[in-house]
Amino acid sequence: MTHYRFHILCCGGTGCKASNSAGIVRKFEAVLKEKNINDVQVITTGCFGFCEKGPIVKILPDNTFYVQVKEDDVENIVNEHIIKGRKVERLLYTDPKSEGHVSDSKHMGFYKKQMRIALRNCGFINPEDIREYIAREGYAALGKVLTEMTPEAAIDEMTKSGLRGRGGAGFPTGLKWGFARKSVADQKYVVCNADEGDPGAFMDRSILEGDPHSVIEAMAICGYCIGATKGLVYIRAEYPLAIKRLQIAIDQAREYGLLGKDILGTGFEFDIELRYGAGAFVCGEETALIHSMEGQRGEPTVKPPFPAVKGYMGKPTNVNNVETFANVPVIYLKGADWFNKIGTEKSKGTKVFALAGKINNVGLIEVPMGTTLREIIYEIGGGIKGGKKFKAVQTGGPSGGCLTEKDLDTPVDYESLAAAKSIMGSGGMIVMDEDNCMVAIAKFYLDFTVDESCGKCTPCRVGNKRMNEILDKIIKGNGTMEDIELLKNLATVIQDTALCGLGQTAPNPVLSTLNNFYDEYVAHVKDKKCPAGQCKDLLSYVINPDKCMGCTACARKCPVAAITGTVKQPHKIDQAKCIKCGTCLDTCKFGAISKQ
Amino acid sequence: MAKATIKINRQYLKEIKEVCESFNYEKGQLINVLKKTQEKIGYLPAEVQMVIAEELKVPVAKVYGVVSFYSFFTMVPKGKYPISICLGTACYVRGAEGILQEVERQLGINPGETTPDGLFSLDCLRCIGACGLAPVIMIGEKVYPRVTPNKVKEILDEYRK
Repeated sequence: MTHYRFHILCCGGTGCKASNSAGIVRKFEAVLKEKNINDVQVITTGCFGFCEKGPIVKILPDNTFYVQVKEDDVENIVNEHIIKGRKVERLLYTDPKSEGHVSDSKHMGFYKKQMRIALRNCGFINPEDIREYIAREGYAALGKVLTEMTPEAAIDEMTKSGLRGRGGAGFPTGLKWGFARKSVADQKYVVCNADEGDPGAFMDRSILEGDPHSVIEAMAICGYCIGATKGLVYIRAEYPLAIKRLQIAIDQAREYGLLGKDILGTGFEFDIELRYGAGAFVCGEETALIHSMEGQRGEPTVKPPFPAVKGYMGKPTNVNNVETFANVPVIYLKGADWFNKIGTEKSKGTKVFALAGKINNVGLIEVPMGTTLREIIYEIGGGIKGGKKFKAVQTGGPSGGCLTEKDLDTPVDYESLAAAKSIMGSGGMIVMDEDNCMVAIAKFYLDFTVDESCGKCTPCRVGNKRMNEILDKIIKGNGTMEDIELLKNLATVIQDTALCGLGQTAPNPVLSTLNNFYDEYVAHVKDKKCPAGQCKDLLSYVINPDKCMGCTACARKCPVAAITGTVKQPHKIDQAKCIKCGTCLDTCKFGAISKQ
Repeated sequence: MAKATIKINRQYLKEIKEVCESFNYEKGQLINVLKKTQEKIGYLPAEVQMVIAEELKVPVAKVYGVVSFYSFFTMVPKGKYPISICLGTACYVRGAEGILQEVERQLGINPGETTPDGLFSLDCLRCIGACGLAPVIMIGEKVYPRVTPNKVKEILDEYRK
């Protein structure tokens, strides 16, 4: 076997891929070949998490973390780092506080408070090579469970660990497995819910792209525990890279005898098939997901019967999401006692979040339960972009709520977030600043749920649509105070009467913004103003004649020729023509243009 | 029901039948059959749905029900360069709406439509997982990072040459 002096890890996550990380890999390979260097291995890994500074290149064994690498930098890295052993300073991460270079990711603010369990292999191994997973104790948990534990004992261990469903609802995983175990049937199914539909969230996709084997291993363990021989992964057809890597992983696992008949010589049989989701948020709900896998419209049905009793093809089915599964192998390797020491009293372990929005360090993070929102936003996230003022953080996506300054010391766990009137959700965490209008945000989420409503029950199909229309009225400056009251009433009725989780939680973004930002709603209604300056119908761009130098820059950039004036004379915006795109505001160097 | 075979050219008909066969005509595989067919033909017009219904022996209404339910399926042909505007929350809070409006204005079409010359089609999607580059748009497989409304024309012009 070749002994490698260096490993060059290049991020192959969706974000870095979009910034040409594949080109960087090819370039590294070409340069190394050209220079006849054979003891350096180039590996495409899953997501490192620090998407803001992508593409990321990490060099082992010295753990040097290069950010925003371009194809043109590759030769330089090889010449300096690989050949001469000197770090390329200009590509290192600059700490915003000390302004010094940080070379080891362990010392970066972004990583310091993180603890990676579900993401343990993301950004470390080549997801397309099973040997790398095995080298990181992969499939050892499956071996242990199959040879040393009875299914009952394995379920007990899972219950003791305190792991709860990471899809959002937080149902104890061990308990769920226990229910499926108790159901008697000739065939049972293990389903992995990889239908990540929350807009602005990419946790599950990153796990599947960066460490698909951990999910496969966990599904096999679950199969052993509940007595199932068949596993199905319900994955979005829109995730081509995740599908590709998962399929490669399944094929390799079969080849190594880790899937199929007589796994590890124990007589246990288990295999996995992929089923494609075709873009419907409601399919994240277990019953809807099962209908979709059966080739039907993904409409939910009333529970009970629960899937553990009557699920896919009428057989007992256990559904867990990707992140939940990714935690499973580690729990068996390190033990339930190790796992339940991490986190808070009722929420054990860690949680992965897709941290995004108006924040300096956008990325994929994993923190122990109980970490506060303040720590996440200011220490890991590096604070608000452009020195703007923090306004709100949204958790739980279209089913969640907005939390404000006063909630920043809330520890992140299922109970505390619920007490603060939001939810944990699947892990979307969007930060908003003073320029975001909260009425518009509520409308944004409601647009989404209206779009995604399956139409089966009236409260969701009709009720949410009416709410959306009222919000539209308010945003356009035609709302009344009665409308706000009506919104509240409708929201409560929908929460109480909709059939499934999607409908019941759809009013949450509206209610939570009404609670926290009532004044903003009133400003839209009474003053016909959008305090954040986002709602176009309520604002106009104006030029201050005292500050305008008549440089004509804005007039030249205006896409609809709404700005007129002669050179060196103050210009004017024709409000009838203006489409309020804001280009002039961004163009003006003299601060003469403002939003009113 | 009238035989659906009249309007489709023979090559397509053969391909659809092959897809159905490859899934053993299983009713439960309807979504996979539709996905494969769309990959081959590009879209799923009524005629295609009728053939699939016949092959799998399910009512055509059910096939239509599934096609219209999932956003992944389309009944109109996409443009030569399909444009997807990410309207995930991360892109939204960083101004994706303004970009969508500018693209609509430039092309004169709404989401779900294709330009008359067949060059562009416009769609919105929810999160491509490149939130660090927000707001993003995709044209074909290419991702454009940190787009602003005034960059839109320049980007579209690349494809108009």
